[in-house]
Amino acid sequence: MKPTLLLLAALILVPGSALNAAGPVKLLNVSYDPTRELYQEINAAFARSWKARTGADVQVSQSHGGSGKQARSVIDGLQADVVTLALAYDIDSIAEHAGLLAAGWQSRLPNNSTPYTSTIVFLVRKGNPKHIRDWDDLTRPGISVITPNPKTSGGARWSYLAAWGQALKKNNGDERKAEEFITRLYKNVPVLDSGARGATTTFAQRGIGDVLLSWENEAFLALNELGKDKLEVVTPPISILAEPPVAVVDKVAARHGTAEVAKAYLEFLYTEEGQEIGARNYYRPRSAQAISKYPNRFPKLQLFTIDEVFGGWRKAQLRHFEDGGVFDRIYSAGR
Amino acid sequence: MRLQTNFRRPSVLPGFWPAFSYTVLYLSLIVLIPLSAVFLKAASSSWGHLWKTISAPNVLAAYRLSFGASLAAGLVSVVTGFLVAWVLARYRFPGKALADALVDLPFALPTAVAGIALTSLYTENGWVGRYLAALGIKVAFTPLGVVVALTFIGLPFVVRSVQPVLADADRELEEAARSLGATGWQVFCRVIFPIVRPALLTGFALAFARGLGEYGSVIFISGNLPMKTEIAPLLIVTKLEQYDYAGATAIASVMLVASFILLLGVNVLQRRTRRFMETE
Repeated sequence: MKPTLLLLAALILVPGSALNAAGPVKLLNVSYDPTRELYQEINAAFARSWKARTGADVQVSQSHGGSGKQARSVIDGLQADVVTLALAYDIDSIAEHAGLLAAGWQSRLPNNSTPYTSTIVFLVRKGNPKHIRDWDDLTRPGISVITPNPKTSGGARWSYLAAWGQALKKNNGDERKAEEFITRLYKNVPVLDSGARGATTTFAQRGIGDVLLSWENEAFLALNELGKDKLEVVTPPISILAEPPVAVVDKVAARHGTAEVAKAYLEFLYTEEGQEIGARNYYRPRSAQAISKYPNRFPKLQLFTIDEVFGGWRKAQLRHFEDGGVFDRIYSAGR
Repeated sequence: MRLQTNFRRPSVLPGFWPAFSYTVLYLSLIVLIPLSAVFLKAASSSWGHLWKTISAPNVLAAYRLSFGASLAAGLVSVVTGFLVAWVLARYRFPGKALADALVDLPFALPTAVAGIALTSLYTENGWVGRYLAALGIKVAFTPLGVVVALTFIGLPFVVRSVQPVLADADRELEEAARSLGATGWQVFCRVIFPIVRPALLTGFALAFARGLGEYGSVIFISGNLPMKTEIAPLLIVTKLEQYDYAGATAIASVMLVASFILLLGVNVLQRRTRRFMETE
């Protein structure tokens, strides 16, 4: 009896204390859905670079899910050292609801704390049988558009705002026309998934719909995974500049004693190596050098920012996605 | 006084008070405390906000769909579940053990898997959906799809409630009825049905309650269109993702109260039918 108990105690206690004493530094990066592949590469590269610089091992774990859901997990106590989410609003929410980082977090790193950008493009069936080239084609009768619910998906919010913004620009800023456009667009949406990955599955694997509004990187990923013989990417002439930001969660990192390595991790994203990995994973890098390595990957298009058209996330969120906002109106108008 | 004597029937388990206290403690820890947390959280917000949340048109539409579809699926499960239970309890056939095990599969399967499988079957280019589409029937991304998913989830509840009762039912009663000149239909209505009625009610209540709370399988097949195919649990999740905890718990509280009243009603009904049978 006694030896067994001792053994048990040893089994439980020893590895725990050993890990605490000598194990690698651990970081948790809480991110959104489509970045899984990107951060797998980044984490390995960063561990090598950190080891070369300081001699210490660092092990970065990742957690993925819908951006809003991930933010809520962090608010509810998920121990994230860094967050890399789909939109600034979600990190603002962490600052606002849990006070885990300062309100001015977005000015701490270059380019609005956004090391890479993306945009919203169309994924269509091979050969583009419905001739979908521009946003107006999405509202034609008989076109079935797949996009997730903007209330739950960060990517879908970018898609919605891209559609709204380009309609505003085409109609000289006429808000009424933009609302008409967006209402007609969502009339063509037969199913609202809750996240970007779900919508991609609906479109690519279940074969539902003529066009998927998608993150540019997610569209290329779907193309590579599911076959260039089945799908193709259409880049519209105008779209939104999607800026998915990154931030250190100050209070959690301070508690873990990881503030320094967390900051270095995010800064690594801005290095040439980090930028190149971003470009390889179809995120538009900030560095011109990284772009030049992939000359045909990122077609030129007119891009507008959320600040310029909507006056920032807070305003866009309040006006469009809160209860009783424009998005709710689209669906109550049809009744 | 009478209550006391009823409580204190002799039993093999160690006495009334330990068992009763344990029951109260357990129910409090596992059921009551988490549920009261829901109400407390909802109460943290103003009445105006709560009322605005639960009376919004899309929330009302979601309640209608959730309760309507669960009710429909519960009723379908009662009929089909009774048939399955009948076959399993009354006949011997090759592969019976397999069929018996299959019934429990919806219990064990992660509901998301069920939802994805049903969706690919019933979309317009799915195996089943394409034939239904030819007949003009759309299942996936309509309220009908919600009912289909809930029927799948609800079936084992009815089968497992009814099957043991049918297996235990005294067949001599049926033979006696037959020998007294009853037709097959009369035997079913006057003899078999009264015996299984309490079990059918239990099965219905379980299937219905499960249907109300079901999330995983439904969100795949429903399409989640506001005002049309959004179920109430989805709206709860949506509110949570918008950091509206009070709103989410408000919707949940209404569902809890409504389903508690419904289940209580079913329980009372069940007790009545049982008493009716005992006195008869």
